[in-house]
Amino acid sequence: MSLILIFLAVVVAIAFGWLWRQGILAKPWLETGVVGRFPAADPSGARVAKVGLAVFLAVVGSLFALTVSAYLMRASLGDWEAVRMPGILWVNTGVLALSSLALETARLAAVRGDAEGMRAGLLAAGATAVLFLVGQLLAWRQLHAEGYYLATNPANAFFYLITALHGAHVAGGLAALGRVTWRMERGAAVAQLRLGIGLCATYWHALLLIWLVLLGLLTNWVGDFVAVCRQLLT
Amino acid sequence: MVDVTHGEPVPGVPGSAAHEGGELDLYHPKSWVTKYVFSQDAKVIAIQYGLTAMAIGLVALVLSWLMRLQLAFPGLLPFLDADHYYQFITMHGMIMVVYLLTALFLGGFGNYLIPLMLGARDMMFPYLNMLSYWVYLVAVLLLVSGFFVPGGPTGAGWTLYPPQAILANTPGQQWGIIVMLVSLMLFIIGFTMGGLNYVVTVLQGRTRGMTLMRMPLTIWGIFTATVMALLAFPALFVGSVMMLFDRGLGTSFFMPAIVVTGEQAPYAGGSPILFQHLFWFFGHPEVYIVALPAFGIVSDLISTHARKNIFGYRMMVWAIVIIGALSFVVWAHHMYVSGMNPGFGFFFATTTLIIAVPTALKVYNWVLTLWRGDIHFTVPMLFALGFIVTFINGGLTGLFLGNVVVDVPLSDTMFVVAHFHMVMGVAPILVIFGGLYHWYPKITGRMLNPTLGKIHFWITFLGAYAIFFPMHYLGLLGVPRRYYEMGETAFVPHSVVTLNIFMTVAALVVGATQMLFLFNLAWSLRHGRAAGGNPWRATTLEWQTPETPPAHGNWGAELPVVYRWAYDYSVPGAAEDFVPQNVPGRDPDMPGHPVAEGAR
Amino acid sequence: MPIAIVLALVVVGSVLFHLLSPWWFTPIASNWGYIDDTVNITFWITGAVFAAVVLFLAYCLLRFRHRPGRRAAYEPENKRLETWLAIGTAIGVAAMLAPGLVVWARFIRVPADATSVEVVGQQWQWAYRLPGKDGKLGAADTRDVSDTNPLGIDPNDPRGRDDIIVQGGELHLPVGKPVALLLRSLDAVHDFFVPEFRAKMDMIPGSVTYYWLTPTRTGSFEVLCAELCGVGHPYMRGTVVVEPEADYQAWLAQQQTFEQMQAPAKTGALP
Repeated sequence: MSLILIFLAVVVAIAFGWLWRQGILAKPWLETGVVGRFPAADPSGARVAKVGLAVFLAVVGSLFALTVSAYLMRASLGDWEAVRMPGILWVNTGVLALSSLALETARLAAVRGDAEGMRAGLLAAGATAVLFLVGQLLAWRQLHAEGYYLATNPANAFFYLITALHGAHVAGGLAALGRVTWRMERGAAVAQLRLGIGLCATYWHALLLIWLVLLGLLTNWVGDFVAVCRQLLT
Repeated sequence: MVDVTHGEPVPGVPGSAAHEGGELDLYHPKSWVTKYVFSQDAKVIAIQYGLTAMAIGLVALVLSWLMRLQLAFPGLLPFLDADHYYQFITMHGMIMVVYLLTALFLGGFGNYLIPLMLGARDMMFPYLNMLSYWVYLVAVLLLVSGFFVPGGPTGAGWTLYPPQAILANTPGQQWGIIVMLVSLMLFIIGFTMGGLNYVVTVLQGRTRGMTLMRMPLTIWGIFTATVMALLAFPALFVGSVMMLFDRGLGTSFFMPAIVVTGEQAPYAGGSPILFQHLFWFFGHPEVYIVALPAFGIVSDLISTHARKNIFGYRMMVWAIVIIGALSFVVWAHHMYVSGMNPGFGFFFATTTLIIAVPTALKVYNWVLTLWRGDIHFTVPMLFALGFIVTFINGGLTGLFLGNVVVDVPLSDTMFVVAHFHMVMGVAPILVIFGGLYHWYPKITGRMLNPTLGKIHFWITFLGAYAIFFPMHYLGLLGVPRRYYEMGETAFVPHSVVTLNIFMTVAALVVGATQMLFLFNLAWSLRHGRAAGGNPWRATTLEWQTPETPPAHGNWGAELPVVYRWAYDYSVPGAAEDFVPQNVPGRDPDMPGHPVAEGAR
Repeated sequence: MPIAIVLALVVVGSVLFHLLSPWWFTPIASNWGYIDDTVNITFWITGAVFAAVVLFLAYCLLRFRHRPGRRAAYEPENKRLETWLAIGTAIGVAAMLAPGLVVWARFIRVPADATSVEVVGQQWQWAYRLPGKDGKLGAADTRDVSDTNPLGIDPNDPRGRDDIIVQGGELHLPVGKPVALLLRSLDAVHDFFVPEFRAKMDMIPGSVTYYWLTPTRTGSFEVLCAELCGVGHPYMRGTVVVEPEADYQAWLAQQQTFEQMQAPAKTGALP
C-alpha cells in the first residue's frame, strides 16, 4: 500500500498548497468588504472544464495507484510467475505515444487556428488510439495462445486486469474524441473545438504516462530499478 | 470507470456570462419530464437523491427490525433462518453505509446546498449531475434485485471478506455476490460523476466575494468528504473488480488454496488480507465521508439556532481538512486482529488516536458555541444536541477500539456494533433529520410541524440511545457480533435475554416513529405553516434567494455578492441579531446602512 | 429547557448503568489482565470526559436558553482556550495510548519457553495439533488435506509423524505454562476466541497467525468463532480445558498421533 500513500501524499501536498494560497489562515470575521483579499474563482467555461479534468485525473490516478499497490502486494507472495511480455507491447507503446503526439499537434494547430493541421492531427490521433486498443487485444491473444491463461497465475491475471482497466480508459477517451471529431466534421469552427481538443490532449498524455508506469511495472523494470537502488545504497 | 470530463463543456455550464448577470447560458427544461424526471437542476436532483435514499433506507429499517426480532426472540419468525439472517445483516449494512448515508449527505444535501450556499446558479456540469442520479438509481435497483435472483442476496456481511464471500456455504454465493459487486461499481461510477460536480463547483462556482474562509462549514464538510470519497472509492472499485474475477473467472487474487466440504477448491496462493486492505482503505475514509458533512451541517444548525457565530471557525475548518487527510492513514485499525503483520499495530494505533484530537476540538467548539449563546430549542437544534451527545459517546468508544490492544478482546463483539451504530448510524442520522427540519422550509416553502418534530426527536434520540448504549456491555461480556443465535453459552447469563428484548422493543418503537416523520414530510407539504424566505433568520446565502422555493437558476437576474463570513450572528451594534452574507458595509450602525434598517 | 435536564439524566443514567450492570468482563483466566487494565484506564478517562462535556453542555443549555431580550455574545475564537483544550486532549489520548502500546508489544512477542499448539479452523469445527515427543510441529499445507489427512500435514516431514491430532474434541492446556497458539484455517476466515482469555486473532487460510497466553485458572471454557465464516458461524463452538500438569499429561497420552491415524488406513488396505 506504499504506492497509494505516496500518490496521496502528492495530492495532499497540492491541496494544502492551494489551501494556503487561498488564505486558510485568514480571519474571515475581520474582512468585511466586497471581495476578500483572495482572488475570486474564475468561472469561465474553459477553466471549469480544465479543473474538472484535473480532478477526474486525480481519481484515475488513485484507481491505478491502488491497482499497482495491490499488484505489488500480491507479487510478493510465493506463487508469482512473471509473464513473458509479448513483443507487440512495444509496438503498442509506440502507437500510443504517436497518438499522444498527434493530438498535441492537433492542439497546437487549433491554437494557431490551422484547421487543416488540426483535422489531420485529430484523425491521426483517433486512428492510432484505435490501433493501440487493437494491438492490446492482439497481445491478449498472443498470451492466451502461449498458455498464459487468466486463472493459471496471479501475474497473468494482473496483466489482463491492468491492461483492461487502462484500455477501458482509452476507450472512454475515444468516445470524447469521437464527439469532438464529429463536431468538427459537422463544420464547427476551430475556436469552438479548441477547448475540447486541449482537454483530450491532456487526458491522452496522462494515459500515456500511466501506461509507461504500468509497462515498467509489468516488465519488472520498476522492480529491477528498486533492486539496483538498494544495491547502490548498501 | 466512465470517462466523464473531456470533450467540450457540457451545454448548460454557466459560462463567464454568469457574472455579468445578463442572459444566462443555463439549461432550461422544456417539458414536465425534463423538469421533474430527467432534470438537470441540482435542486431537483437533490430531491431525487433524497427520496431514493430514504426509500431504500426504509428497506434497511425493516431489515433491522427483523434482525432485532430474531436476536430477542429466536425462532419467532419461521421464515427467518440463518441464511436469511446473514442476508439481512449484509443488506442492512451496505444500504445504510453506502446507499443511504453517502448518497443522502453528498447527493442529497450536497446537490441542494452547494450551489445555493455558494451563490451559484447550478452545478458546473448539470448534465453529468443528472447522469449521476440515474446511475445511482440503477445501482439501487440492482441492489434490490438481489432479493429476487436465485439464492437471494449475498450474506457475506457488508465487509464482503473473501474467501467466505464467494464460498458455497455463504448464502447468495450464486448470484447475490455478483449483483452486489456490480451494484457497488455502478454506485462508484455514479458517485464519481456527482463528486466531480461538487468539487468543481466549490472550486470554480463560488460567487463574487465568496472566499474559501467565508464558506459555511456545511460546504467545507461536504467538499472535503467528496474529495476523500473520490480518492477512496477507487479502492472498493478495484477490490470489487478483482473479486468478480475470482468469483467468475477463477483467478486467485484473494483466494488461497482452500478445502470446501472435503474438496480442494480451484484456487491457490491468493491473499484474503489484500482484500481487507483494499476494503478498509475505502472503508475507513468512508466513515469520515459520512461524518464530515454531518460535522459541517451540525455546526451551521448550532450557530443559527443559538444565534451565535460558530466558535473557532478557523479551527473547525482546519480540523475538517486535517481529519480528512489523516483518515487515509488509519485504515488498518479495522484489522488489528486480522492476522496482518502485528507490527503495523503500533503505527495505526498512534495515527488513530491522533485523529481523536482534532475531532475532540470540534466537539469542544460546538459546546463553546452554545456558551453565552441565545439558544432557541427549535427542532433542528434538538437534533443537533442529540447528535453531540451520541457523537461524543460513539467517539469515545472509538478510543477503545482504536487503541490496538484494547481492541483485542472487543473486536468482533457487540461492542463494535454498538460503537459504530452510535457514531456512524445514530449520530449522522440525527443530523440528517436536523438538516431536513432546517432546510425543508427552503425546499418546500412550508415549515414541518414542530410538535410532530419534537415527538419524533425525543423518541428517536432516547430510543436509539437505549438500544445502543447497553449493547456495549454485551460486547464486554464477550457476546460476538453476527451471531444468528447465541444458544446456551456458559458465560452468557440469562439476563442477556431480557436485555436483548429491551433493545428490540426500543428498536421497534424507534423504527415506528420514523413513520411519523414521513407523515410529517408529506402532510406539511400542503398543511405546514408558510415559511417565508428566511424563517430561521439565518445568514447564509441559501436563505437570501429572491423566491422560496428557489426558482430555476436560483438568483433571479443578479447573482448575490458576498461581503462577510457566514456567521455574523449577534454582531455588537447591529440592529438585528444576524447579518446575511450578502449585506454590504463594514459598520453596521452607520445610519442608512441596510443592516440598521433591518434588511432581511 | 427540558433537554438540559434530560441530558443530565442521560449522564446519570449511563453512569448508573455502568456501575450496576451485571454484564461485564467474564472472570479472567489468562495472563492478559494487562488488557483489562488498559480497558479500565480507557473507561475512566473516557467516562470522565463524557460526563464532563455532556454536563457542561446541559449547563450551557440551561443558562443560555433564549429569553425575551437576550442576545448572544460575539466571540469568533479564543486561541488560548483552544490551545489548552488541544493540549489537554493530547495528554489524555497519550495516557491511553502509551500503556496500550506497551501491552501490545508484550502481546505480539511470544516468550521463548512457550509451547506451540496449532488450532485449525474449518467450517464449522475446531481441530488441534500438538507437538509429539520431538517437541516440534511438522510442516502443513492446505493442499495436502485429504480424508486420511484432515489437517494437511506434510507426509514427508519426519517432524510431523508424532504430532498429536485432536479432531472434534476438547483442547486441554496445562495451567501456568505459556502457550503459543498457531492459527490456521482451511477455508474461510475464522477467529479463535475464548472470552476468558481476552486474546483473539483471525485465522487466514494460506497463512499462519498466532497469539500467546498463559492460562492462569483451571476450568472448562467455551471457544467461539469471532469472524463471520458462513451460515454455520454461530455454531462453531469448542471447549478448552485448563488443568494441572498431571491431568494434562494423562489426557495427552490418550490422544492419537498422525502416524497412528494413518496406520489403520494401511492395514485396512491389506486384505
